Amino acid sequence: MRERGICRSRHEYLFNLTWINEARGARSYPLAKRTENLVQAESALARTGLWFIITILAVMAVATAADRAFAAQATIVAVIAFALMWMSAVRFDPVTSGRSFFKMPEGPSRYDDDVVRWGVVATMFWGVVGLLAGLFIAMQLAFPQLNFEPYLNFGRVRPLHTSAVIFAFGGNALLATSFHVVQRTCRTQLAFPSLARFVFWGYQLFIVLAASGYLLGITQSKEYAEPEWYVDLWLTIVWVAYAIVFIGTIIRRHEPHIYVANWFYLAFIVTIAMLHIVNNLAVPVSLVGSQSYVLFSGVQDALVQWWYGHNAVGFFLTAGFLAMMYYYVPKQAERPVYSYRLSIIHFWSLIFLYIWAGPHHLHYTALPDWAQTLGMVFSVMLWMPSWGGMINGLMTLNGAWDKVRTDPIIRMMVMALAFYGMSTFEGPMLSIKSVNSLSHYTDWTIGHVHSGALGWNGLITFACVYYLVPRLWKRERMYSLRMINWHFWLATLGIVFYAASMWVAGITQGLMWREYGADGYLVNSFADTVAALHPMFIMRAFGGLLYLGGALVMSYNVWMTLAGKLREEKPLTDASYDPEADRPIVDRPAAVPAE
Amino acid sequence: MSFYDTLRHFADSYGLVVMLLIFLALCAWPFRPGSKNRNRAAARSIFKDGIDGE
Repeated sequence: MRERGICRSRHEYLFNLTWINEARGARSYPLAKRTENLVQAESALARTGLWFIITILAVMAVATAADRAFAAQATIVAVIAFALMWMSAVRFDPVTSGRSFFKMPEGPSRYDDDVVRWGVVATMFWGVVGLLAGLFIAMQLAFPQLNFEPYLNFGRVRPLHTSAVIFAFGGNALLATSFHVVQRTCRTQLAFPSLARFVFWGYQLFIVLAASGYLLGITQSKEYAEPEWYVDLWLTIVWVAYAIVFIGTIIRRHEPHIYVANWFYLAFIVTIAMLHIVNNLAVPVSLVGSQSYVLFSGVQDALVQWWYGHNAVGFFLTAGFLAMMYYYVPKQAERPVYSYRLSIIHFWSLIFLYIWAGPHHLHYTALPDWAQTLGMVFSVMLWMPSWGGMINGLMTLNGAWDKVRTDPIIRMMVMALAFYGMSTFEGPMLSIKSVNSLSHYTDWTIGHVHSGALGWNGLITFACVYYLVPRLWKRERMYSLRMINWHFWLATLGIVFYAASMWVAGITQGLMWREYGADGYLVNSFADTVAALHPMFIMRAFGGLLYLGGALVMSYNVWMTLAGKLREEKPLTDASYDPEADRPIVDRPAAVPAE
Repeated sequence: MSFYDTLRHFADSYGLVVMLLIFLALCAWPFRPGSKNRNRAAARSIFKDGIDGE
């Protein structure tokens, strides 16, 4: 496409310069090679030194730690730093070309997909871990004997589940797809390849520290923001690096227009940075301890927390995943998005409305009444852009609806959008104060969250992974399309069990809590409601089991695809054909009756 | 009047109006005359790479 020698921009000039230098390098090979080796040896030495310093600091933190949990976390960092030091030192070998662990892209003519591949694998891994943790805590609610004190009781595993599915599974999916989409839509390679690799591995370290911290009992008691101050600081560094890579790639784009999916990704990255920093403002008790005190207190703290909490839903689980929708649904359907104008209105309405909806988490609390009403009104208004987005996604299939029957990936995307529509209708409804007085603190909320998370986030992520895997690993197709169909039905049925049982449980609970007897006393104790919900809890766990089963089928499918295998199977649709019946009618003599 | 009051009154008067105007302008932007083809081109831009950009 590009004509060398004609430089339309500074970027192109630099590109050509690199190309010329490469050509020169090929002529004066020996000298260049020697210099390169020397540089590599020097950088390997510097890297080893850096990891050495980090190891020493971590060991010092272990030794001086104020509490055992912090010591355990510092041990994890020390072990990782030591392993990396060892690996850097092994590679301190000037003779071989020293293929780096953090392999760099092959050249400017290829997209830089290593981080995308790692992200897809991490998405699958953390997805299974998070769903397993979810099934475990669902079983704990049904059978309390499963609370193994102290590390595996409900209070510690529950944040492990939420963080694993939202930040580990969802976060890695967003990381992988954003790096995939931004390169394709900008028609350029990822900016700052080494920083991109740091973002991926740094994010995994954040997940490991957060997850192990929960089991050790480290928490700052903020929902969806449980990690303590040092993990928060680390995530801030990683997130800023993420923003630099993403924005840097957009700046060096070759496509004049920034495709709308990138707007959503950008909104997600920028807003999460803001929310994370403000909500986690805290003063540590000790620089070598895992305890801190949050800057805000009382109702201010509650409002900041739910401003964060609801916008984490809005910008992490909605904007980011809508970005995936706006790229992968048109790509899989092979037709452009239904209305580009609608997508822009969708974007701005979401940005302007979502940020005010947080107070609906604090209905009938000490929060001023006007703030509660504000939260409610904005939540109800939010219904419109949400459905605008859903319609935009679904109508993309206009004229290609047959693909719902023939293409299991499209089917999954359509179901994801249907659940997006359903939960974005349910959400505004639950935020209305009179409805909320029945639903708040009951399992209805849990059902709502899971129809959104399993139905929308889960299914759209699975569909995108199915789209990505054959392309990233250069395979003809997935190992099995029929298994995608199996996954689809297992997941859908699982969500139906989950959501239906939680609706019944939530309404039962809400009605039992508010029931007064003739003498003005409450009829039911809390334990009565728990006993009444027991069958629903078992049904919910069964739904979770089905959903996990679907994810395991997917893992097997992805694994076999990576192994380069293709399953021998009947294609999903084919007009029926019976070779026996495909014959002309032959005149035969009538049968002679036996005498 | 405290700093909080000043901010609060600004937020529910001029601030609110300015934000609403910005929002409306941003929503109206894709409907400006002559933008139809640009929108169409933008929607189709993801199909320029025939075989996924490889």
